[in-house]
Amino acid sequence: MNAIDQSLQSLRDTFRRDLVWPFLAPEHAAKVDVSNQMILYVEGLNLSFDGFKALNDLNLYVKDGELRCLIGANGAGKTTLMDVITGKSKPDSGSVFFGQTHNLLSKDEADIAQLGIGRKFQKPTVFEEQSVFDNLELSLKTDKRVIQTLFSRLSPSEIDRIDEVLKIIGLNDQRFMKAGALSHGQKQWLEIGMLLVSDPRLLLIDEPVAGMTAQETERTAELLTSLAGERTVIVVEHDMEFVRSIARTVTVLHQGSVLAEGTMDQIQNNKDVIEVYLGEEAVEA
Amino acid sequence: MSKLLHWFSAGRTSGKYTLPFVILLLGITLLASAANLLLPESSALHVSTYSITLLGKYLCYAMLALAVDIIWGYCGILSLGHGAFFALGGYAMGMYLMRQIGDRGVYGHPTLPDFMVFLDWQELPWFWLGMDQFWFAMIMAVLVPGLLAFVFGWLAFRSRVTGVYLSIMTQALTYALLLAFFRNEMGFGGNNGLTDFKEILGFDLQSDATRVSLFIITALLLALVLLVSQRILSSRLGKVTLAVRDAEARTRFIGYRTERYKVWLFVYSAVIAGVAGALYVPQVGIINPGEFSPINSIEIVIWVAVGGRGTLIGAIIGALLVNYAKTRFTAIMPDGWLFALGALFVLVTLFLPKGLIGLYGQLKSKRQTLSTQEASS
Repeated sequence: MNAIDQSLQSLRDTFRRDLVWPFLAPEHAAKVDVSNQMILYVEGLNLSFDGFKALNDLNLYVKDGELRCLIGANGAGKTTLMDVITGKSKPDSGSVFFGQTHNLLSKDEADIAQLGIGRKFQKPTVFEEQSVFDNLELSLKTDKRVIQTLFSRLSPSEIDRIDEVLKIIGLNDQRFMKAGALSHGQKQWLEIGMLLVSDPRLLLIDEPVAGMTAQETERTAELLTSLAGERTVIVVEHDMEFVRSIARTVTVLHQGSVLAEGTMDQIQNNKDVIEVYLGEEAVEA
Repeated sequence: MSKLLHWFSAGRTSGKYTLPFVILLLGITLLASAANLLLPESSALHVSTYSITLLGKYLCYAMLALAVDIIWGYCGILSLGHGAFFALGGYAMGMYLMRQIGDRGVYGHPTLPDFMVFLDWQELPWFWLGMDQFWFAMIMAVLVPGLLAFVFGWLAFRSRVTGVYLSIMTQALTYALLLAFFRNEMGFGGNNGLTDFKEILGFDLQSDATRVSLFIITALLLALVLLVSQRILSSRLGKVTLAVRDAEARTRFIGYRTERYKVWLFVYSAVIAGVAGALYVPQVGIINPGEFSPINSIEIVIWVAVGGRGTLIGAIIGALLVNYAKTRFTAIMPDGWLFALGALFVLVTLFLPKGLIGLYGQLKSKRQTLSTQEASS
């Protein structure tokens, strides 16, 4: 009897008139619900590779428009966390939400990118055989389905957008150069440009100033701080000077979970952080 | 201004040689055809029908090489099984030609091809139905390779199989088809294949005019495929294709669903191979399971490597040159050809990574730097 009731109930649920079947529901097309001021919710994330816990019950909340720095030793899980957010790796358990409605764990890399999450890799990866201009054209925020891409043309506003970004990243004179011919620092900039031109809501930036000169580092810091507010920026960086120059909130990762969170000063005076970074003697002394 | 600059940059892509090449190709085709049909056989400039057929065969190979180049040179998918799509297209055409024989076969059966009578079959298998219609057979020549490529590509690319594993799978695909088509029970003539064709659309296959027409049609279709492919590859889709070849993961992270791009390009390439196969069969007069042999598919890759992968014209030139060399070489030393081919591949890989087209580019830039040096000194 109970079983019949249950199946009846589920049948009723299936045909409830106030609900839409999930596959018929319109996609929340790139609309990110940030009514609670949070743009990224990472909860209880676990991921292990062959017994090594890369992420261990990691919780992280990022406010909309924030500039957040992630620091931590090698193997603390910074890059793995980015991999999970961008859909490259799937966690063993936990949840990642972009805004309140987008469950990132159910989407693939392309979907996540189209939602407006852009990523810059540790090692600059640009399309070496193609011109700087083409690299930016490919990254534009457009319809990226096959047929639409085949028949797409650059609109004047898109060309203007590319020109604008070329000026920001200082590669205007190299626009027709092959990206492979750029210097390491210029490639870093091109990759940042590819992020900018795609107009993302959330930028994940892995070690942006590696291999940059002091001047370039300064310009990067300026650029990233100017981006925050309108966009949300998460930066992974080892260069403490650089972190100090841009960060308002810093999250320290250690062995796959969050060790401490706060302003740079709070972090530097945090007992746990000192212990992990400098060893126990430093705390006692 | 920036628009102008962009136009300029579009003009610098490798497509600028396409139109002159097409004109050259069609010009030679017309000259050769005229020399066959209009000049008397005693004339020194007469082109024999044998040569015309040979040229037509080369052009089919060129189209096949183009198909492989699109997928390998531009998208980085090394397919070692494109011979399978070529052969499937060929079989579709062969089935049509077989049905055209009608009751003129050795056994004189009104509908059944000879090999079925020989196997004591009573009626036509279902997949031979409709093949007596030219349009239906041509749809099949395109549809069957396309469908196979779609299913294969969809499964392989969605599971993110890449590199050497994918190449091995394509070899296995063509080898499996080879074994299947060898079986008499398959209903495709077993190891003898399909042959003894009489006519196509009512035209006698042995006559000079039909041979020349087939040759011209092949050249026209090759030109068409070349132009369409060039257009596709210079669109943004082409840029995405190159991006997939050079950094697939990155391409995914900027929002392109790369497996779909790969599937559709693979299907496009397979369809071209199918068309090439369908044009090949009436010209050489036979299709048998040997066309599925894995070595054939590897040979295509060598043509492309010799000509220059990543340039459509390179693939065509490579196919023409290597096949001409094969015709010459096998006439002198039939057993030595595979060794020569292997040596050619090693040499090209070592010294001409970009093929003959790349060599031309190198020589040109060398001359340019020389002339600028002279000018400055």
